[in-house]
Amino acid sequence: MSRQSFRLAAGGRIDRGRTLDFTFDGRRYQGHAGDSLAAALLANGVRLVGRSFKYHRPRGILSAGPEEPSALVRLRGDARAEPNTRATMIELYDGLAAESQNRFPSLGFDLGAAASLVAPLLPAGFYYKTFMGPKGAWRFYEHFIRRAAGMGRSPEGADPDHYEKRFAHCDVLIVGGGPAGLAAALAAGRSGARVLLLDEMAEPGGALLRERAAFGDVPATEWLVAALGELQTMPEVRLVPRAAAFAYYDHNEIIAVERVADHLAEPPPHVARQVMWQIRARQVVLATGAIERPLVFSNNDRPNVMLAGAARAYVNQYGVAPGIRAVIATNNDSAYATALDLQRAGVEIVAVVDARAASTGDLVQRARQAGIECRFGHAVVAAHGRRCVSGADIVPLGNGDGRLHAETVGCDLLCVSGGWSPTVHLHSQSGGRLVWDETRAAFLPGSSKQAERSAGAVNGHAALVDCVAEGLRAGAAAAQAAGFGNGAPPVPDWPTETTTPLRPLWALPGGPRGKRFVDIQDDVTVADVELAASEGFRSVEHVKRYTTLGMGTDQGKTSNVNGLAILAGIRGEAIPSVGTTTFRPPYTPVTLGNFAGRDIGRHFEPTRRSAMHDWHEAAGAQWVEAGLWLRPSTYPLPGEDIRAAIVRETLAARSRVGLVDVSTLGKIDVQGPDAGEFLDRVYVNGFKALAVGRARYGLMLREDGIVLDDGTTSRLAEQRYLMTTTTANAVRITQHLEFLLQVVWPELRVQIGSVTEQWAAMALAGPLSRAVLERIASIDVGDAALPHMGVREGRVAGAPARIFRISFSGERAYEINVPADYGRLVWEAIMVAGRDRGITAYGTEAMGIMRIEKGHVAGPEFDGNTTAEDLGLGRLVSTKKADFVGRRALSRPAFAEPQRHRLVGFVPVDGRTRLRAGSQIVVDSSIPPPVAMIGRITSVCDSPTLGYPVGLGFLAGGMARKGEVLHALFPLANQWTDVRVADPVFYDPAGERLHG
Amino acid sequence: MSRYSIFSLARHSLRGHRDWPRAWRDPEPKPRYDVIVVGGGGHGLATAYYLAKNHGIANVAVLEKGWLGGGNTGRNTTIVRSNYLHMANAQFYEHSLKLWEGLSRDLNYNVMFSQRGVVNLAHSDAQMDAHGRRGNAMRLNGIDAVLLDREAVRAMVPDLDFSPRARFPIYGALLQPRGGTARHDAVAWGYARGADARGVDIIQNCEVTGIKRDGATVIGVETSRGTIMAGKIGLAVAGNTGHVAAMAGLRLPIETHLLQAAVTEPLKPVLDTVVTSGAAHVYVSQSDKGELVFGGDLDFYNSYAQRGNLPAIANFTTALLALFPRFSRLRMLRSWGGVMDMTMDGSPIIGKTPLQNFYIDGGWCYGGFKATPASGWVFAHTIANDQPHKLNEAFTLERFASGHTIDEKGAGPYPGAH
Amino acid sequence: MLLITCPFCGPRDHVEFTYGGDATLTRPDPATASDADWADYIYLRDNPKGPHLEYWQHHAGCRAWLTVRRDTLTHEITMTAPARKAAGGESGAGEAGR
Repeated sequence: MSRQSFRLAAGGRIDRGRTLDFTFDGRRYQGHAGDSLAAALLANGVRLVGRSFKYHRPRGILSAGPEEPSALVRLRGDARAEPNTRATMIELYDGLAAESQNRFPSLGFDLGAAASLVAPLLPAGFYYKTFMGPKGAWRFYEHFIRRAAGMGRSPEGADPDHYEKRFAHCDVLIVGGGPAGLAAALAAGRSGARVLLLDEMAEPGGALLRERAAFGDVPATEWLVAALGELQTMPEVRLVPRAAAFAYYDHNEIIAVERVADHLAEPPPHVARQVMWQIRARQVVLATGAIERPLVFSNNDRPNVMLAGAARAYVNQYGVAPGIRAVIATNNDSAYATALDLQRAGVEIVAVVDARAASTGDLVQRARQAGIECRFGHAVVAAHGRRCVSGADIVPLGNGDGRLHAETVGCDLLCVSGGWSPTVHLHSQSGGRLVWDETRAAFLPGSSKQAERSAGAVNGHAALVDCVAEGLRAGAAAAQAAGFGNGAPPVPDWPTETTTPLRPLWALPGGPRGKRFVDIQDDVTVADVELAASEGFRSVEHVKRYTTLGMGTDQGKTSNVNGLAILAGIRGEAIPSVGTTTFRPPYTPVTLGNFAGRDIGRHFEPTRRSAMHDWHEAAGAQWVEAGLWLRPSTYPLPGEDIRAAIVRETLAARSRVGLVDVSTLGKIDVQGPDAGEFLDRVYVNGFKALAVGRARYGLMLREDGIVLDDGTTSRLAEQRYLMTTTTANAVRITQHLEFLLQVVWPELRVQIGSVTEQWAAMALAGPLSRAVLERIASIDVGDAALPHMGVREGRVAGAPARIFRISFSGERAYEINVPADYGRLVWEAIMVAGRDRGITAYGTEAMGIMRIEKGHVAGPEFDGNTTAEDLGLGRLVSTKKADFVGRRALSRPAFAEPQRHRLVGFVPVDGRTRLRAGSQIVVDSSIPPPVAMIGRITSVCDSPTLGYPVGLGFLAGGMARKGEVLHALFPLANQWTDVRVADPVFYDPAGERLHG
Repeated sequence: MSRYSIFSLARHSLRGHRDWPRAWRDPEPKPRYDVIVVGGGGHGLATAYYLAKNHGIANVAVLEKGWLGGGNTGRNTTIVRSNYLHMANAQFYEHSLKLWEGLSRDLNYNVMFSQRGVVNLAHSDAQMDAHGRRGNAMRLNGIDAVLLDREAVRAMVPDLDFSPRARFPIYGALLQPRGGTARHDAVAWGYARGADARGVDIIQNCEVTGIKRDGATVIGVETSRGTIMAGKIGLAVAGNTGHVAAMAGLRLPIETHLLQAAVTEPLKPVLDTVVTSGAAHVYVSQSDKGELVFGGDLDFYNSYAQRGNLPAIANFTTALLALFPRFSRLRMLRSWGGVMDMTMDGSPIIGKTPLQNFYIDGGWCYGGFKATPASGWVFAHTIANDQPHKLNEAFTLERFASGHTIDEKGAGPYPGAH
Repeated sequence: MLLITCPFCGPRDHVEFTYGGDATLTRPDPATASDADWADYIYLRDNPKGPHLEYWQHHAGCRAWLTVRRDTLTHEITMTAPARKAAGGESGAGEAGR
């Protein structure tokens, strides 16, 4: 094979001035700018490009477009490697490197082909009938099956490229930039509508690029240039090439992927590799064309058995002769253009083999006039050859299986055409119906559900002049429906050609000549479909799943209709009654990176930081995630052990003074004449009668009586409260309150607003806390002025502040809220003010220890299944209030059961073994599983204050079992500990420290 | 029923595979049956199978409005596990898992049950604690569970993001070694073949359009293929349970929601276990054909459409890439949606109804596939005995009103939250 | 994705909203309702296959809770209106057709 020996001397739309080097399976070749990889390979005479999925049969290039099932390569290498890439869609660039797939050790010599030897044992569904024993054996068989399955290898390493998302709105969206789509864009654009036109290929034009056609006296290519030129002058029209619309979702939303940089070796810096467009259109025109069907005969999978339209594309668009001696097998007129174009390119045409008795079409006449032999009433029943087609068996039809009358002719190119299947996928995805057209033997778009219409080949038109005419009308109609123009475009009066309809030819007879492939990628044969039907898999969905027809990476584009028709024939029914499989996104495979766009790595979700974040960072904080927030867990000193740091912080807060950032808790401002009444209905306890300047712990329930959230709510004024929530529930509680006010009790005069981010909050805790606060507070914070659970407003370190004397730690404590912009300033001022008192910043770990020591329930105790009574907070539930959320559900039988799990404390019997959260409590640890679990441990700490480990948890029967010795099991770590049931308030049960 | 085996494959290959017997018959519906099971998915077919096998009741019809296995059985993401926290769930699903372990041989149909393990990732200490609680409960319920540390997870799933700046740092995971995947279509087909062989009539393309009652007793159904009377009727139509039960005048604690999932193009092996992440809201496994199968949250609005919108797909794909950045260049090949019976506590409803001779197996949320064998087992028992089996005793319709909800997530009466 | 016309903000993508479920339910009168009524309110749903009146909150916009009529089979939206009922408060905007 010499260099590009199949490149035509002239013609094609390639740039012959730019020669590009590329490699395929390590061998070096040359092509030109404008080539697809498939075209360049064919130009170099490379026809064997892959191996099939199951049988590892040699495969070549079937098509010239996205429907390609066979020519799948691994493009690029290392981190940019992409398996299963269609060579027909790869734009050649200098230095391109591609490898064939699914073969070992090489494409030419593939051991996998041994599968063909045992092919009789491998019909469709064979794996359901065997591999069943002995027990556990499937894992063994699976190991080998998995290695044989799969097509490409996933790339190594992280993706170095990035992806973007963009959004667009338009009056008219046109999918497909072929003759119909361009015409629609002209008509819509002329009306002044905002038009977005997407075309899947690098160069718009569709069939105009692939065919030698004319509109009257004007070559179609001239019309194309004029159309593109005119569209360029319209400011409201945008043409996006390399953009494949792959999904049609609700309310006229269409999603497309634009291959911005795939035609380059790598994307330029800062340029996205691909962009996902999310488009909302008032009106849509689908001009998505049609896909040619192959014919189904023995060994129809041989390399260089090619769709007739693809052969034309290689000649006309790429200037490549796909062979030197061709047979064309067809059941319709369109393939005669292939004979003419190939002949013009110097390819010897053996014959056109036409299954019809005759045709009076213009194309057929021209072929005859060119001296091309046309054999009507004949069909190809078998191909010969292995790594490339070498011949074809031709038989007259109507002669049984034609065994006696087959004539074998030599050829190295076998073009096939079984008709055209409109690309109705997006129409169907949008909810549109499909209608079977008997004359064209095709599913056409039927009624639309959304604001869309189809035009061109997708609507069954074969002639380009008809596509243009219909496109103009559709574009104008869409524009008019969107409010532009009068919907009556001038349509050129071009002459049309005569055609004769096709003759449906779904499968040729089989026999010993070889397998007849329906799905070329997944190796599904006619025999497989027959087998499925005979076993009772008769619906199209069953056949698809049983045989895997249509489930390859080509999504059945060249096999679904043939398979359906063959099934209908087997069932003896008309094709429409057999139906079609459902069309779902994506129309064509879409790179996953597009769905994430820039939301990758740390940008998956936002990170929320408090106003004091930088201070914490500088102070050496370890971080913990609380939802989206980052919170300091502890501040180890340089070289300090984590546990030592946490102990140090805890002891500092309990014996002197500590400071913790609590900004992340939810804060909701509640105002209005009915604010108090509202809170009474939201919480289990009372807030209407709370005095101004007082705070109260509040517990709120879901309507089913289960605890929803807790917090401390303060009355700042007669008609103003500030509610706090847990960090995790801040957003949810706000929405809950808004629902109650807008929907359930709209008569209440209350306004609420989330102020979580507006206020920085810090808790100053410890026996010396008041002393420190006094130094920087503008108001009197003595015990008379600010008693426990009081609230005052004033200034702290000069900043406006609210001071809440509340305590989570159990020590005397003040929670200081300042506007967030002052957060760091005030925090630093407090740290300075407390320096000589030994003030210590503490994090969530120390905070957790202190609240566990005090038996305060928190996140781990709220598992969404606990009631107030379960949590030991039953006394808070008002018996006087007429209504609050959840009240009616509390009286249900399950909540009164004596063996409900209720809050208790646990201590290790030996006084030193650390407890583990997640331990399950049992009575008798000698009973083997399954064993009844009567409780669990939820929160634990090795208490530095008490000097021994403690835990909180739940136990059937609760505190009635105080003093009992039980067993805490942690089977996952083979651990168990004897524990004693204790009062959950381990430290300072009388609460004296609050006033210390 | 002629047996499948490598020998029968070989025998039939000599005859060109032309005379395999039908996997199931295509009978006309009779005017009356002892039991009608509405719904020809995995659950309905398994129920019919066990009615015949365990209870000797073969005068049974399974009515399927489309083609059998065409509902959620054909749309799920094939995960099988019993790693539940609450005892009722744990014991039920473990029974199912044990049935899965012998299912291929029992049905003489390879359901490709692959016990490759199910790994639930933990991305924080709190999540590790929660996994600890659940794993310990599993072990004390006699179910296999292993708590993995970070390095152990890395050994099993090396392609996760273990870098220091990972969005979802891997703290560890809870592994159920005996969990895994199975071939969803095969389960329906295997049960169908087995039930048919025992005399059950499987009637496809037969949609129930009405339920006939005589007072508080259900006596038959109207269908697109005529009226069929029955001694007992059981619904196994999850996704449509509310809609069909309404024909009998019942209102249920169910909202029908939409769940989407997707697969990539097939690849050589790249993931050997099932990986889930609660925090990232995504799960993924690799089918034997080589496709990565993944999904995540619901679309979060009621829907019977069996197709959804972009945000749900984008969210779980984004989450997948946050865990496995290496998958960014792979391509999505197919996406689809199913209809989920989301209940008010996230757990199923299997048992009797206020109507006599009328039973429901529904409310499966998105977890029905793994339950297929056990649901058939207990539903057959419930129907045959007019009493629940011990394993579905807790899954009553009455549990909501009485407060005995079984809520794994603790999300409350918000179906979309489960 | 779904396009929901907020009566205050205009047509917006559904990700700006939070779904709130069945909007045909009325919270029973806590003083007079039976336990059975209350359980029905919390747990039972019509769950229709067809037009469904449901709540959505425009959380990324005006924070209004809306009632929306959407077909659960076709996803077609035929009505959106503020959920706040005329009896209780003022809405400030009327129904929107889509």
